[in-house]
Amino acid sequence: MQQVRTVLLVDDDQDFRLQQRAMLESLKYKVVEAGNSAAAIESLKHQTPDIAIVDLMMEEHDTGFTLCHNLKKLLPQMPIIMVTGVAAETGLSFNVKTREEHRWIKADTLLEKPVRTEQLQQEIKKLLKE
Amino acid sequence: MNKLRVLVIDDEPGMRMGVERTLNGETLNFWETDTLEVLVESAGTGAEGVEKVISGQPDILFLDYKLPDMNGIEIIEKLGERAKDLIIIMITAYASIEVAIEATRKGAYDFLPKPFTPNELRTVTRKAAERILLARKNEQLAQEKKQVRFEFIRVLGHELKAPLGAVEGYLDLMKAKTLGDNLESYMQFIERSTIRLQQMRKLIVDLLDMTRLESGKKSRSLAPIDLRKAAESAIELATPAANARNISISLEAPASLNLMADTGEIDMMLNNLISNAVKYNRDDGKVMVRLVRAADKITVQVADTGIGMSVEEQQKLFKEFSRIKNAKTANILGSGLGLSILKRLAELYDGSISVESEPEKGTTFTLEIPASQLAEATAA
Repeated sequence: MQQVRTVLLVDDDQDFRLQQRAMLESLKYKVVEAGNSAAAIESLKHQTPDIAIVDLMMEEHDTGFTLCHNLKKLLPQMPIIMVTGVAAETGLSFNVKTREEHRWIKADTLLEKPVRTEQLQQEIKKLLKE
Repeated sequence: MNKLRVLVIDDEPGMRMGVERTLNGETLNFWETDTLEVLVESAGTGAEGVEKVISGQPDILFLDYKLPDMNGIEIIEKLGERAKDLIIIMITAYASIEVAIEATRKGAYDFLPKPFTPNELRTVTRKAAERILLARKNEQLAQEKKQVRFEFIRVLGHELKAPLGAVEGYLDLMKAKTLGDNLESYMQFIERSTIRLQQMRKLIVDLLDMTRLESGKKSRSLAPIDLRKAAESAIELATPAANARNISISLEAPASLNLMADTGEIDMMLNNLISNAVKYNRDDGKVMVRLVRAADKITVQVADTGIGMSVEEQQKLFKEFSRIKNAKTANILGSGLGLSILKRLAELYDGSISVESEPEKGTTFTLEIPASQLAEATAA
Protein backbone atom coordinates (compact mmCIF):
# COMPACT_ATOMS: atom_id res chain seq x y z
CA MET A 1 0.00 0.00 0.00
CA GLN A 2 1.22 3.47 -0.85
CA GLN A 3 1.93 5.74 2.10
CA VAL A 4 0.09 9.07 2.42
CA ARG A 5 2.35 11.95 1.39
CA THR A 6 2.20 15.29 3.17
CA VAL A 7 2.10 18.59 1.29
CA LEU A 8 3.04 21.87 2.99
CA LEU A 9 0.89 24.60 1.45
CA VAL A 10 2.10 28.18 2.01
CA ASP A 11 0.00 31.07 0.74
CA ASP A 12 -1.38 34.21 2.37
CA ASP A 13 -4.56 33.98 0.27
CA GLN A 14 -7.00 31.85 2.18
CA ASP A 15 -9.13 31.19 -0.89
CA PHE A 16 -6.17 29.85 -2.79
CA ARG A 17 -5.28 27.62 0.18
CA LEU A 18 -8.83 26.30 0.42
CA GLN A 19 -8.88 25.53 -3.30
CA GLN A 20 -5.46 23.88 -3.31
CA ARG A 21 -6.38 21.85 -0.26
CA ALA A 22 -9.52 20.55 -1.99
CA MET A 23 -7.49 19.57 -5.04
CA LEU A 24 -4.73 17.94 -3.02
CA GLU A 25 -7.11 16.05 -0.76
CA SER A 26 -9.03 14.78 -3.78
CA LEU A 27 -5.66 13.45 -4.96
CA LYS A 28 -5.25 11.74 -1.56
CA TYR A 29 -2.51 13.91 -0.14
CA LYS A 30 -2.38 15.11 3.44
CA VAL A 31 -2.27 18.92 3.59
CA VAL A 32 -0.60 21.20 6.12
CA GLU A 33 -1.45 24.88 5.62
CA ALA A 34 0.58 27.96 6.51
CA GLY A 35 -0.52 31.55 5.92
CA ASN A 36 2.96 33.06 6.01
CA SER A 37 6.67 32.22 6.04
CA ALA A 38 7.03 32.13 9.81
CA ALA A 39 4.12 29.71 10.16
CA ALA A 40 5.61 27.53 7.43
CA ILE A 41 8.96 27.24 9.20
CA GLU A 42 7.20 26.69 12.54
CA SER A 43 5.13 23.84 11.08
CA LEU A 44 8.32 21.88 10.31
CA LYS A 45 8.70 21.30 14.06
CA HIS A 46 5.58 19.15 14.03
CA GLN A 47 5.99 17.21 10.81
CA THR A 48 8.29 16.83 7.86
CA PRO A 49 6.39 17.36 4.62
CA ASP A 50 7.26 15.42 1.49
CA ILE A 51 6.79 18.40 -0.76
CA ALA A 52 5.99 22.12 -0.40
CA ILE A 53 3.85 24.47 -2.49
CA VAL A 54 4.88 28.08 -1.91
CA ASP A 55 3.30 31.28 -3.19
CA LEU A 56 5.78 33.85 -4.45
CA MET A 57 4.09 37.06 -3.34
CA MET A 58 3.08 37.09 0.28
CA GLU A 59 4.07 39.68 2.89
CA GLU A 60 6.61 41.07 0.45
CA HIS A 61 6.88 40.70 -3.30
CA ASP A 62 9.66 38.16 -3.01
CA THR A 63 8.74 36.39 0.22
CA GLY A 64 8.42 33.11 -1.68
CA PHE A 65 12.04 33.25 -2.84
CA THR A 66 13.33 33.79 0.67
CA LEU A 67 11.13 31.07 2.07
CA CYS A 68 12.29 28.58 -0.58
CA HIS A 69 15.84 29.37 0.36
CA ASN A 70 15.17 28.77 4.05
CA LEU A 71 13.16 25.60 3.44
CA LYS A 72 15.95 24.18 1.30
CA LYS A 73 18.45 24.91 4.08
CA LEU A 74 16.34 22.94 6.56
CA LEU A 75 15.13 20.20 4.21
CA PRO A 76 17.47 20.00 1.21
CA GLN A 77 15.72 16.92 -0.18
CA MET A 78 12.18 18.33 -0.13
CA PRO A 79 11.00 19.44 -3.58
CA ILE A 80 9.30 22.84 -3.79
CA ILE A 81 6.70 24.02 -6.26
CA MET A 82 6.49 27.79 -6.41
CA VAL A 83 3.19 29.22 -7.59
CA THR A 84 2.80 32.73 -8.82
CA GLY A 85 0.35 35.09 -10.38
CA VAL A 86 3.20 37.43 -11.23
CA ALA A 87 3.53 36.58 -14.90
CA ALA A 88 -0.14 37.13 -15.59
CA GLU A 89 -0.11 40.41 -13.65
CA THR A 90 3.01 42.06 -14.85
CA GLY A 91 4.07 40.21 -17.95
CA LEU A 92 7.25 39.46 -16.05
CA SER A 93 8.40 35.94 -16.66
CA PHE A 94 11.07 33.74 -15.24
CA ASN A 95 11.75 30.07 -15.06
CA VAL A 96 13.86 27.58 -13.20
CA LYS A 97 15.12 25.68 -16.20
CA THR A 98 18.62 27.04 -16.66
CA ARG A 99 21.42 26.56 -14.21
CA GLU A 100 21.70 30.30 -13.60
CA GLU A 101 18.02 30.43 -12.64
CA HIS A 102 18.48 27.46 -10.35
CA ARG A 103 21.24 29.27 -8.56
CA TRP A 104 19.02 32.01 -7.27
CA ILE A 105 15.56 30.47 -7.45
CA LYS A 106 15.54 27.55 -5.06
CA ALA A 107 12.21 26.12 -6.18
CA ASP A 108 12.17 22.99 -8.32
CA THR A 109 9.19 23.97 -10.43
CA LEU A 110 7.19 27.08 -11.11
CA LEU A 111 3.46 27.00 -11.68
CA GLU A 112 1.30 29.88 -12.81
CA LYS A 113 -1.93 30.74 -11.04
CA PRO A 114 -4.60 29.58 -11.63
CA VAL A 115 -3.33 26.06 -11.03
CA ARG A 116 -5.38 23.17 -12.41
CA THR A 117 -5.78 19.87 -10.59
CA GLU A 118 -4.27 17.71 -13.33
CA GLN A 119 -1.30 20.02 -13.67
CA LEU A 120 -0.69 19.97 -9.93
CA GLN A 121 -0.97 16.19 -9.81
CA GLN A 122 1.45 15.80 -12.70
CA GLU A 123 4.08 18.07 -11.13
CA ILE A 124 3.84 16.47 -7.69
CA LYS A 125 4.12 12.97 -9.16
CA LYS A 126 7.14 14.01 -11.16
CA LEU A 127 8.91 15.61 -8.20
CA LEU A 128 8.08 12.80 -5.75
CA LYS A 129 8.97 10.23 -8.42
CA GLU A 130 5.69 8.46 -7.79
CA MET B 1 20.29 74.07 -12.63
CA ASN B 2 17.55 74.48 -15.23
CA LYS B 3 18.55 76.34 -18.34
CA LEU B 4 16.88 79.18 -20.16
CA ARG B 5 18.13 79.30 -23.75
CA VAL B 6 18.07 82.66 -25.45
CA LEU B 7 18.76 83.26 -29.13
CA VAL B 8 19.40 86.73 -30.60
CA ILE B 9 18.94 87.22 -34.32
CA ASP B 10 20.30 90.63 -35.26
CA ASP B 11 22.62 91.80 -38.02
CA GLU B 12 24.33 94.39 -35.80
CA PRO B 13 27.30 92.76 -34.00
CA GLY B 14 27.10 95.39 -31.26
CA MET B 15 23.52 94.45 -30.49
CA ARG B 16 24.33 90.72 -30.37
CA MET B 17 27.28 91.34 -28.09
CA GLY B 18 25.26 93.63 -25.86
CA VAL B 19 22.59 90.97 -25.28
CA GLU B 20 25.21 88.29 -24.68
CA ARG B 21 27.11 90.43 -22.21
CA THR B 22 23.99 91.37 -20.30
CA LEU B 23 22.28 87.99 -20.13
CA ASN B 24 24.73 85.14 -20.69
CA GLY B 25 25.40 83.29 -17.44
CA GLU B 26 22.84 85.32 -15.48
CA THR B 27 20.81 83.40 -12.95
CA LEU B 28 17.17 84.28 -12.54
CA ASN B 29 15.41 83.40 -9.30
CA PHE B 30 11.66 82.89 -9.06
CA TRP B 31 9.45 82.47 -6.01
CA GLU B 32 12.46 81.45 -3.93
CA THR B 33 12.10 77.95 -5.33
CA ASP B 34 13.22 78.04 -8.94
CA THR B 35 16.40 79.19 -10.59
CA LEU B 36 17.14 79.45 -14.28
CA GLU B 37 20.56 79.92 -15.82
CA VAL B 38 20.52 81.99 -18.98
CA LEU B 39 22.52 80.77 -22.00
CA VAL B 40 22.77 83.13 -24.96
CA GLU B 41 23.44 82.26 -28.59
CA SER B 42 23.31 84.60 -31.54
CA ALA B 43 22.85 84.71 -35.29
CA GLY B 44 23.59 87.52 -37.76
CA THR B 45 21.21 86.60 -40.57
CA GLY B 46 17.68 85.28 -40.85
CA ALA B 47 18.77 81.99 -42.42
CA GLU B 48 21.36 81.32 -39.73
CA GLY B 49 18.78 82.25 -37.10
CA VAL B 50 16.13 79.83 -38.40
CA GLU B 51 18.78 77.11 -38.48
CA LYS B 52 19.73 77.82 -34.87
CA VAL B 53 16.13 77.83 -33.66
CA ILE B 54 15.67 74.39 -35.14
CA SER B 55 18.96 72.93 -33.87
CA GLY B 56 19.35 74.81 -30.58
CA GLN B 57 15.82 74.72 -29.16
CA PRO B 58 15.83 78.18 -27.59
CA ASP B 59 13.13 79.22 -25.13
CA ILE B 60 13.27 82.92 -25.93
CA LEU B 61 14.02 84.50 -29.30
CA PHE B 62 15.08 88.15 -29.58
CA LEU B 63 14.31 88.90 -33.17
CA ASP B 64 15.38 91.99 -35.08
CA TYR B 65 12.73 93.13 -37.51
CA LYS B 66 15.12 94.32 -40.25
CA LEU B 67 17.59 91.70 -41.37
CA PRO B 68 19.64 91.61 -44.57
CA ASP B 69 18.06 88.45 -45.99
CA MET B 70 14.52 88.57 -44.64
CA ASN B 71 12.36 90.46 -42.15
CA GLY B 72 11.24 89.31 -38.72
CA ILE B 73 7.75 88.32 -39.81
CA GLU B 74 9.13 86.15 -42.60
CA ILE B 75 11.30 84.39 -40.03
CA ILE B 76 8.31 83.69 -37.81
CA GLU B 77 6.51 82.30 -40.84
CA LYS B 78 9.47 80.10 -41.73
CA LEU B 79 9.55 78.70 -38.21
CA GLY B 80 5.95 77.59 -38.59
CA GLU B 81 4.86 75.26 -35.79
CA ARG B 82 8.18 75.66 -34.04
CA ALA B 83 7.36 79.34 -33.36
CA LYS B 84 4.57 78.22 -31.03
CA ASP B 85 6.95 76.63 -28.49
CA LEU B 86 9.08 79.69 -28.00
CA ILE B 87 8.61 83.20 -26.80
CA ILE B 88 9.44 85.69 -29.53
CA ILE B 89 10.39 89.22 -28.59
CA MET B 90 10.76 91.63 -31.52
CA ILE B 91 13.57 94.15 -31.25
CA THR B 92 13.28 96.98 -33.66
CA ALA B 93 13.89 100.67 -34.13
CA TYR B 94 11.12 100.85 -36.68
CA ALA B 95 8.25 99.66 -34.58
CA SER B 96 5.25 100.94 -36.47
CA ILE B 97 1.86 99.97 -35.12
CA GLU B 98 1.15 97.93 -38.29
CA VAL B 99 4.31 95.89 -37.84
CA ALA B 100 3.52 95.36 -34.19
CA ILE B 101 0.01 94.10 -34.93
CA GLU B 102 1.15 91.76 -37.64
CA ALA B 103 4.04 90.37 -35.61
CA THR B 104 1.77 89.78 -32.64
CA ARG B 105 -0.73 88.02 -34.83
CA LYS B 106 2.03 85.78 -36.11
CA GLY B 107 3.09 84.87 -32.63
CA ALA B 108 5.38 87.55 -31.20
CA TYR B 109 4.97 87.87 -27.44
CA ASP B 110 6.55 91.23 -26.68
CA PHE B 111 8.44 94.20 -28.14
CA LEU B 112 11.70 95.77 -27.15
CA PRO B 113 12.33 99.06 -28.96
CA LYS B 114 15.90 99.89 -29.84
CA PRO B 115 17.90 101.33 -28.24
CA PHE B 116 17.31 99.65 -24.86
CA THR B 117 19.23 99.60 -21.60
CA PRO B 118 20.58 96.37 -20.03
CA ASN B 119 17.91 96.72 -17.36
CA GLU B 120 15.09 96.94 -19.89
CA LEU B 121 16.50 93.81 -21.50
CA ARG B 122 16.59 92.03 -18.14
CA THR B 123 13.02 93.04 -17.30
CA VAL B 124 11.65 91.77 -20.60
CA THR B 125 13.63 88.54 -20.27
CA ARG B 126 12.45 87.98 -16.75
CA LYS B 127 8.81 88.45 -17.72
CA ALA B 128 9.19 85.91 -20.54
CA ALA B 129 11.13 83.49 -18.34
CA GLU B 130 8.41 83.49 -15.72
CA ARG B 131 5.89 82.56 -18.36
CA ILE B 132 8.12 79.75 -19.60
CA LEU B 133 8.67 78.44 -16.11
CA LEU B 134 4.93 78.37 -15.42
CA ALA B 135 4.32 76.49 -18.66
CA ARG B 136 7.02 73.96 -17.73
CA LYS B 137 5.49 73.49 -14.28
CA ASN B 138 2.04 72.95 -15.75
CA GLU B 139 3.40 70.35 -18.10
CA GLN B 140 5.16 68.57 -15.24
CA LEU B 141 2.02 68.62 -13.12
CA ALA B 142 -0.04 67.17 -15.95
CA GLN B 143 2.50 64.36 -16.33
CA GLU B 144 2.43 63.58 -12.63
CA LYS B 145 -1.35 63.53 -12.60
CA LYS B 146 -1.34 61.12 -15.50
CA GLN B 147 1.09 58.85 -13.64
CA VAL B 148 -1.06 58.85 -10.51
CA ARG B 149 -4.09 57.97 -12.61
CA PHE B 150 -2.31 55.11 -14.34
CA GLU B 151 -1.11 53.74 -11.02
CA PHE B 152 -4.61 54.01 -9.59
CA ILE B 153 -6.08 52.11 -12.54
CA ARG B 154 -3.38 49.46 -12.34
CA VAL B 155 -4.04 48.77 -8.65
CA LEU B 156 -7.78 48.96 -9.16
CA GLY B 157 -7.54 46.39 -11.94
CA HIS B 158 -5.62 44.11 -9.62
CA GLU B 159 -8.12 44.59 -6.79
CA LEU B 160 -11.04 43.77 -9.08
CA LYS B 161 -9.34 40.77 -10.63
CA ALA B 162 -8.42 39.07 -7.37
CA PRO B 163 -11.97 38.28 -6.20
CA LEU B 164 -12.93 37.15 -9.70
CA GLY B 165 -9.99 34.76 -9.70
CA ALA B 166 -11.02 33.34 -6.34
CA VAL B 167 -14.66 32.82 -7.38
CA GLU B 168 -13.56 31.28 -10.66
CA GLY B 169 -11.32 28.89 -8.76
CA TYR B 170 -14.23 27.73 -6.62
CA LEU B 171 -16.50 27.30 -9.65
CA ASP B 172 -13.85 25.23 -11.43
CA LEU B 173 -13.57 22.93 -8.43
CA MET B 174 -17.34 22.57 -8.29
CA LYS B 175 -17.57 21.90 -12.01
CA ALA B 176 -14.98 19.15 -11.64
CA LYS B 177 -16.96 17.82 -8.64
CA THR B 178 -13.71 17.74 -6.69
CA LEU B 179 -15.55 17.14 -3.41
CA GLY B 180 -18.04 14.60 -4.81
CA ASP B 181 -21.70 14.80 -5.75
CA ASN B 182 -23.13 16.21 -2.56
CA LEU B 183 -23.84 19.95 -2.77
CA GLU B 184 -23.47 20.25 1.01
CA SER B 185 -19.74 19.56 0.70
CA TYR B 186 -19.34 22.77 -1.28
CA MET B 187 -20.93 25.13 1.25
CA GLN B 188 -17.60 26.64 2.29
CA PHE B 189 -16.76 27.33 -1.37
CA ILE B 190 -20.09 29.06 -1.84
CA GLU B 191 -19.69 31.11 1.33
CA ARG B 192 -16.20 32.23 0.41
CA SER B 193 -17.35 33.12 -3.10
CA THR B 194 -20.15 35.20 -1.64
CA ILE B 195 -17.74 37.03 0.66
CA ARG B 196 -15.36 37.80 -2.17
CA LEU B 197 -18.20 39.08 -4.34
CA GLN B 198 -19.53 41.25 -1.51
CA GLN B 199 -16.08 42.67 -1.09
CA MET B 200 -15.94 43.40 -4.78
CA ARG B 201 -19.31 45.12 -4.64
CA LYS B 202 -18.10 47.24 -1.71
CA LEU B 203 -15.05 48.22 -3.70
CA ILE B 204 -17.18 49.28 -6.65
CA VAL B 205 -19.60 51.23 -4.42
CA ASP B 206 -16.68 52.99 -2.70
CA LEU B 207 -15.14 53.71 -6.05
CA LEU B 208 -18.34 55.32 -7.30
CA ASP B 209 -18.62 57.36 -4.07
CA MET B 210 -15.08 58.54 -4.48
CA THR B 211 -15.56 59.43 -8.12
CA ARG B 212 -18.64 61.45 -7.25
CA LEU B 213 -16.71 63.28 -4.56
CA GLU B 214 -13.73 63.94 -6.83
CA SER B 215 -15.79 65.21 -9.72
CA GLY B 216 -17.79 67.45 -7.42
CA LYS B 217 -20.95 65.96 -8.93
CA LYS B 218 -22.25 64.54 -5.71
CA SER B 219 -25.43 66.40 -4.84
CA ARG B 220 -25.19 67.81 -1.35
CA SER B 221 -27.95 69.15 0.78
CA LEU B 222 -26.93 70.83 3.97
CA ALA B 223 -29.41 70.69 6.78
CA PRO B 224 -29.15 70.93 10.55
CA ILE B 225 -28.37 67.48 11.91
CA ASP B 226 -27.69 66.10 15.36
CA LEU B 227 -24.26 64.52 15.35
CA ARG B 228 -25.06 62.52 18.48
CA LYS B 229 -28.03 60.85 16.80
CA ALA B 230 -25.93 60.15 13.72
CA ALA B 231 -23.24 58.56 15.88
CA GLU B 232 -25.83 56.45 17.67
CA SER B 233 -27.13 55.01 14.42
CA ALA B 234 -23.61 54.38 13.12
CA ILE B 235 -22.90 52.47 16.34
CA GLU B 236 -26.10 50.50 15.91
CA LEU B 237 -25.03 49.56 12.40
CA ALA B 238 -21.65 48.31 13.60
CA THR B 239 -23.04 46.44 16.60
CA PRO B 240 -23.69 43.02 14.99
CA ALA B 241 -20.10 42.81 13.74
CA ALA B 242 -18.84 44.02 17.14
CA ASN B 243 -20.98 41.54 19.09
CA ALA B 244 -19.70 38.67 16.98
CA ARG B 245 -16.25 39.33 18.39
CA ASN B 246 -17.33 40.56 21.82
CA ILE B 247 -16.21 44.12 21.12
CA SER B 248 -17.96 46.87 23.10
CA ILE B 249 -18.72 50.28 21.64
CA SER B 250 -19.18 53.28 23.93
CA LEU B 251 -20.33 56.81 23.16
CA GLU B 252 -19.38 59.94 25.06
CA ALA B 253 -21.17 63.00 23.75
CA PRO B 254 -23.28 66.01 24.73
CA ALA B 255 -27.02 65.41 24.76
CA SER B 256 -27.21 66.95 21.35
CA LEU B 257 -24.69 68.43 18.97
CA ASN B 258 -26.08 70.26 16.00
CA LEU B 259 -24.33 71.22 12.85
CA MET B 260 -25.12 72.02 9.24
CA ALA B 261 -24.18 69.06 7.15
CA ASP B 262 -25.24 66.58 4.54
CA THR B 263 -26.73 63.57 6.32
CA GLY B 264 -25.32 61.09 3.82
CA GLU B 265 -21.81 62.48 4.17
CA ILE B 266 -21.87 62.52 7.96
CA ASP B 267 -23.20 58.94 8.01
CA MET B 268 -20.50 57.85 5.59
CA MET B 269 -17.78 59.38 7.77
CA LEU B 270 -19.07 57.95 11.03
CA ASN B 271 -19.75 54.50 9.56
CA ASN B 272 -16.31 54.45 8.06
CA LEU B 273 -14.57 55.37 11.31
CA ILE B 274 -16.60 53.09 13.55
CA SER B 275 -16.59 50.05 11.27
CA ASN B 276 -12.81 50.41 10.89
CA ALA B 277 -12.43 50.55 14.66
CA VAL B 278 -14.37 47.27 14.91
CA LYS B 279 -12.64 45.58 11.95
CA TYR B 280 -9.13 46.35 13.10
CA ASN B 281 -9.81 45.60 16.74
CA ARG B 282 -8.87 42.52 18.72
CA ASP B 283 -11.50 40.13 20.04
CA ASP B 284 -12.99 41.38 23.36
CA GLY B 285 -11.71 44.86 22.47
CA LYS B 286 -13.27 48.28 22.90
CA VAL B 287 -14.32 51.09 20.61
CA MET B 288 -14.72 54.52 22.16
CA VAL B 289 -16.58 57.21 20.24
CA ARG B 290 -16.26 60.76 21.59
CA LEU B 291 -17.94 63.87 20.28
CA VAL B 292 -16.64 67.14 21.66
CA ARG B 293 -17.97 70.59 20.98
CA ALA B 294 -15.57 73.47 21.53
CA ALA B 295 -15.93 77.15 20.68
CA ASP B 296 -14.06 76.86 17.42
CA LYS B 297 -14.61 73.27 16.34
CA ILE B 298 -16.34 69.94 16.65
CA THR B 299 -14.16 66.93 17.28
CA VAL B 300 -15.14 63.36 16.49
CA GLN B 301 -12.77 60.89 18.01
CA VAL B 302 -12.93 57.14 17.44
CA ALA B 303 -10.44 55.07 19.42
CA ASP B 304 -9.95 51.33 19.31
CA THR B 305 -7.90 48.80 21.24
CA GLY B 306 -6.86 47.02 18.09
CA ILE B 307 -3.79 45.94 16.23
CA GLY B 308 -2.47 49.48 15.70
CA MET B 309 0.05 50.62 13.13
CA SER B 310 3.68 51.57 12.83
CA VAL B 311 4.64 55.14 11.95
CA GLU B 312 5.46 54.13 8.36
CA GLU B 313 2.08 52.47 8.01
CA GLN B 314 0.33 55.60 9.32
CA GLN B 315 1.99 57.72 6.67
CA LYS B 316 0.52 55.65 3.84
CA LEU B 317 -2.87 55.43 5.43
CA PHE B 318 -4.94 57.95 3.50
CA LYS B 319 -3.64 56.98 0.09
CA GLU B 320 -5.86 54.91 -2.18
CA PHE B 321 -5.41 51.16 -1.94
CA SER B 322 -2.72 51.50 0.68
CA ARG B 323 -4.42 48.88 2.83
CA ILE B 324 -1.89 47.63 5.24
CA LYS B 325 -1.13 44.09 4.29
CA ASN B 326 0.34 41.91 6.95
CA ALA B 327 -0.46 38.72 8.80
CA LYS B 328 -2.77 40.59 11.18
CA THR B 329 -4.86 42.20 8.45
CA ALA B 330 -4.89 39.26 6.02
CA ASN B 331 -8.44 38.27 6.87
CA ILE B 332 -9.92 41.73 7.24
CA LEU B 333 -12.02 42.78 4.30
CA GLY B 334 -11.71 46.30 2.98
CA SER B 335 -11.77 48.09 -0.33
CA GLY B 336 -8.69 50.18 0.43
CA LEU B 337 -10.67 53.31 -0.39
CA GLY B 338 -12.47 54.00 2.90
CA LEU B 339 -9.94 56.37 4.40
CA SER B 340 -9.29 58.30 1.21
CA ILE B 341 -13.03 58.85 0.97
CA LEU B 342 -13.07 59.95 4.60
CA LYS B 343 -10.31 62.44 3.98
CA ARG B 344 -12.09 63.93 0.98
CA LEU B 345 -15.34 64.18 2.93
CA ALA B 346 -13.57 65.95 5.80
CA GLU B 347 -12.16 68.43 3.29
CA LEU B 348 -15.67 69.24 2.07
CA TYR B 349 -16.28 70.63 5.58
CA ASP B 350 -12.91 72.41 5.69
CA GLY B 351 -12.12 69.81 8.29
CA SER B 352 -9.20 67.51 8.83
CA ILE B 353 -8.59 63.94 9.83
CA SER B 354 -5.59 62.73 11.77
CA VAL B 355 -4.44 59.48 13.28
CA GLU B 356 -2.50 58.35 16.31
CA SER B 357 -1.56 54.76 16.70
CA GLU B 358 0.66 52.31 18.45
CA PRO B 359 1.16 48.72 17.28
CA GLU B 360 -0.72 46.21 19.48
CA LYS B 361 -2.24 49.03 21.57
CA GLY B 362 -4.75 50.65 19.27
CA THR B 363 -5.55 53.49 16.95
CA THR B 364 -7.36 56.79 17.41
CA PHE B 365 -8.78 58.71 14.49
CA THR B 366 -9.64 62.35 15.09
CA LEU B 367 -11.93 64.24 12.77
CA GLU B 368 -12.11 67.98 13.29
CA ILE B 369 -14.73 70.22 11.73
CA PRO B 370 -14.41 74.00 12.18
CA ALA B 371 -17.17 75.80 14.03
CA SER B 372 -18.33 77.64 10.91
CA GLN B 373 -20.30 74.47 10.23
CA LEU B 374 -22.08 74.62 13.58
CA ALA B 375 -25.76 75.26 13.38
CA GLU B 376 -27.02 77.84 15.82
CA ALA B 377 -30.33 76.21 16.48
CA THR B 378 -31.91 72.82 15.99
CA ALA B 379 -34.81 74.23 14.03
CA ALA B 380 -33.99 75.29 10.51
